[in-house]
Amino acid sequence: MDLIVEGIKKAFFLILTLDAEVLGITLLSLKVSGLATLISLVIGISVGTVVALSRFPGRQLVVSLINTGMGLPPVVVGLFVTIFLWRNGPLGFLEILYTPTAIILAQAVIATPIVTGISLAAIQHLPANLRLQILALGATRLQMVWILVKEARLPLLAAVMAGFGGVISEVGASIMVGGNIKGYSRVLTTATVMETSRGNFDIAIALGIILLILSFFINAILTQIQQRERPR
Amino acid sequence: MIPETCPAILLRVEDLQVRRGGVTVLDIPALAIHSGQILALIGPNGTGKSTLLLALACLLKPFQGRIFFKERKIDAYRGDFNYRRHIAMVFQEPLLFDATVFDNVASGLRIRGMGRAEIERTVSGYLELFGISPLARRSARKLSGGEAQRTSLARAFVTKPEIVFLDEPFSSLDPPTREALIGDLERILRETHTTAVIATHDQTEALRLADRIAVMNEGRMVQIGPVAEVMNRPVDGFVASFVGVETVLSGRVLRISDGVFVAAVEGGEIQAVGHVRTGEGVLCCIRPEHVTLSTNTPFSESSARNVFSGTIRKITPLGLFHRVHLDCGFDLVAYVTRQSIEGLALEEGKSVFASFKATSVHVIPRKESIPM
Repeated sequence: MDLIVEGIKKAFFLILTLDAEVLGITLLSLKVSGLATLISLVIGISVGTVVALSRFPGRQLVVSLINTGMGLPPVVVGLFVTIFLWRNGPLGFLEILYTPTAIILAQAVIATPIVTGISLAAIQHLPANLRLQILALGATRLQMVWILVKEARLPLLAAVMAGFGGVISEVGASIMVGGNIKGYSRVLTTATVMETSRGNFDIAIALGIILLILSFFINAILTQIQQRERPR
Repeated sequence: MIPETCPAILLRVEDLQVRRGGVTVLDIPALAIHSGQILALIGPNGTGKSTLLLALACLLKPFQGRIFFKERKIDAYRGDFNYRRHIAMVFQEPLLFDATVFDNVASGLRIRGMGRAEIERTVSGYLELFGISPLARRSARKLSGGEAQRTSLARAFVTKPEIVFLDEPFSSLDPPTREALIGDLERILRETHTTAVIATHDQTEALRLADRIAVMNEGRMVQIGPVAEVMNRPVDGFVASFVGVETVLSGRVLRISDGVFVAAVEGGEIQAVGHVRTGEGVLCCIRPEHVTLSTNTPFSESSARNVFSGTIRKITPLGLFHRVHLDCGFDLVAYVTRQSIEGLALEEGKSVFASFKATSVHVIPRKESIPM
């Protein structure tokens, strides 16, 4: 019990004194996961919308693959991204393994199916004739897609939350492709794992609390937007 | 009212066919829609009314066929975007966007890239026209069914379409809301001289709004013509059974006394009950089962307010009863039993008296009289 109390005390001390190392790790986590979420949104919403609005042979299989991808184990993603970025791998020439860029790439791979799956469901959930109604209003196909995405904006916010929540909290891929290099590629989750393994529970608890607070605030802001947008 | 002979054809269809899963669900060899005319597509559910509307609006890829708008062939196969900017469509469900009423009505104008000030001015006028100005800032998700459908109609009309396709726009509304909305739509269609095609399974709606009626069955147009012609002279049993009312007389109210009014129809005068005004155009609908026939005294002791002498033009057996087609100066149809046919010795060419009560006349007010 003392361990936890001490850990919480230490956490607040580190947070309140704006410890340089903790601050650096927090900002890097935000940057890496934020960028990964952004990439996943661009790809996920586009692919989700196209699949939702198209009819083609094998569509059912594609939808099944996307849904399966929503539960991709981060460790597996980490393994394959590592192989791809390995010196002799297909993308080895990029020389980004054990860099924050590699973590962004791995996290984007994790988040993209989540965003795609939720976007697909959100667009499909719109009334069947809405697409025709928008076209009947004189819209081009591009305008129609844009209006549909705007109509699905509330469930798409859920996609943002799920995508960001999925990557900010994952550790397997980040540690494998980022290497947890101090002051360079160390993020909140990888640092927590390391400090725990070293028996530095106070610092690990501090990092855990920061991670929780961060997740809470970001989701609180998105929830606020979502609820404000909800029709009254 | 656009006469049947009006030469200005706005939309024309040739050999239009739509197939689903290899099955032909719509087959329209030819159809012409005249400028300013209101055509009602009637028929039971699943007979291709909505499919025809979607095909006419270029929102559905036909299997074959050609569609001409103002004699310009439109690209029905790829979805002609330029053509769709001249039309509007209103669906059964309002399909409003998750935005305010104003933004919904403005959506078609924004799509066309209209400036903010012009949008403000134009939308305000149409909100007024459809009686939804006080709702302008309200979320579309908080509207009643009638308000939502008014918004949907305003959104369609605000772009000043040359033709409007309406797919059962009132079917999900309660009767009072529906009645009010039909009245407003009728007024707006006439005032704006908008060409319209409306699909409905409610013949009263069709009688009220349309210049011409097309009866559809199994993807085909069984009969098309002026309202009175389709109602009074059904081409087959399907149309007759669907329209139900066999006698529809167009007239004008001459005088009103104690709730009973007298309407002049072609070839006679009819007494009926209804909320009408003197001079108002009406359609008097008489169901054949309400008409009584006699061979001698003209019902002097009867409560029937309408008694006419006429000649039997045709007797058609319809299973349990017979359909007797009379010429009373106007066409009148009666259903009688076989026993009555035999008892009264009814035969074609024979003179008889026909009667029906003023209360059995179904009155539909119309601003315009329909062609006879």
